[in-house]
Amino acid sequence: MKITEIAETLNAEILTSNNGDIDVQTACSADLMSDVMAFSKENTMLLTGLVNPQVIRTAEMMDIRVVVFVRGKKPLDNMIEMAEEKGIVLLATQYPLFEASGRLYQKGIRGRGV
Amino acid sequence: MNNTVIVRDYIIPADDFALAGEASSSVRKILTQLGVAPDIIKRTSIAMYEAEINAVIHGHGGKAHVEIDENKIFIRISDEGPGIADLELAMQEGYSTAPDSVREMGFGAGMGLSNMKKHSDILNIDTEVNRGTIVDITVFFNKP
Repeated sequence: MKITEIAETLNAEILTSNNGDIDVQTACSADLMSDVMAFSKENTMLLTGLVNPQVIRTAEMMDIRVVVFVRGKKPLDNMIEMAEEKGIVLLATQYPLFEASGRLYQKGIRGRGV
Repeated sequence: MNNTVIVRDYIIPADDFALAGEASSSVRKILTQLGVAPDIIKRTSIAMYEAEINAVIHGHGGKAHVEIDENKIFIRISDEGPGIADLELAMQEGYSTAPDSVREMGFGAGMGLSNMKKHSDILNIDTEVNRGTIVDITVFFNKP
């Protein structure tokens, strides 16, 4: 799924400008970065309600290319800059975590976990 | 790489969550430039990042020393923090002494040490209460 299609599905705002041709097939949803690192495998996208620079760092370490902030949360400018530097795409949606995940699942996105 | 050893040293600032992960990010870039396999880079990144975060959370910051040769990467994260009183207990998944402020940052789930063990080939922890902790992580580029 392309970034534009993810944005449409979640009625989300794309916050970064470097949105290349990433094709997302897998995702995980979590507010706890410890768990993302411990349980997530080979996922391309992270959905989270946590907003701090460690979300971007965790994405970087886990090879996660896309981060969606849920529940109307928005990252600060320095986080957006950091993401752009690392080639990570950021989106923001009003949907809560469960509903955002469900909408993407319906469109064929799957999770690769434990 | 012909026996060349790349050595890097980093300072891990205390209680600075915005900078936590800088050292791991830098090492990740070096490994990428060297053309190391992506799964090895990921394992190394996760193990080092967890250790770095721990040094920030628990150790009042510390140092990272990294040596890369043609066979492996060796990472030593050291701090002069409170040390770990019961290492066996701390290795258990879910056990954490992290304060709520750390949990609000998305960490402190008690997965750090076990995750380090899972992603490194050799993990050695030397700790003493009130003296500090030294975490040695080795990841081999080619499994024997």
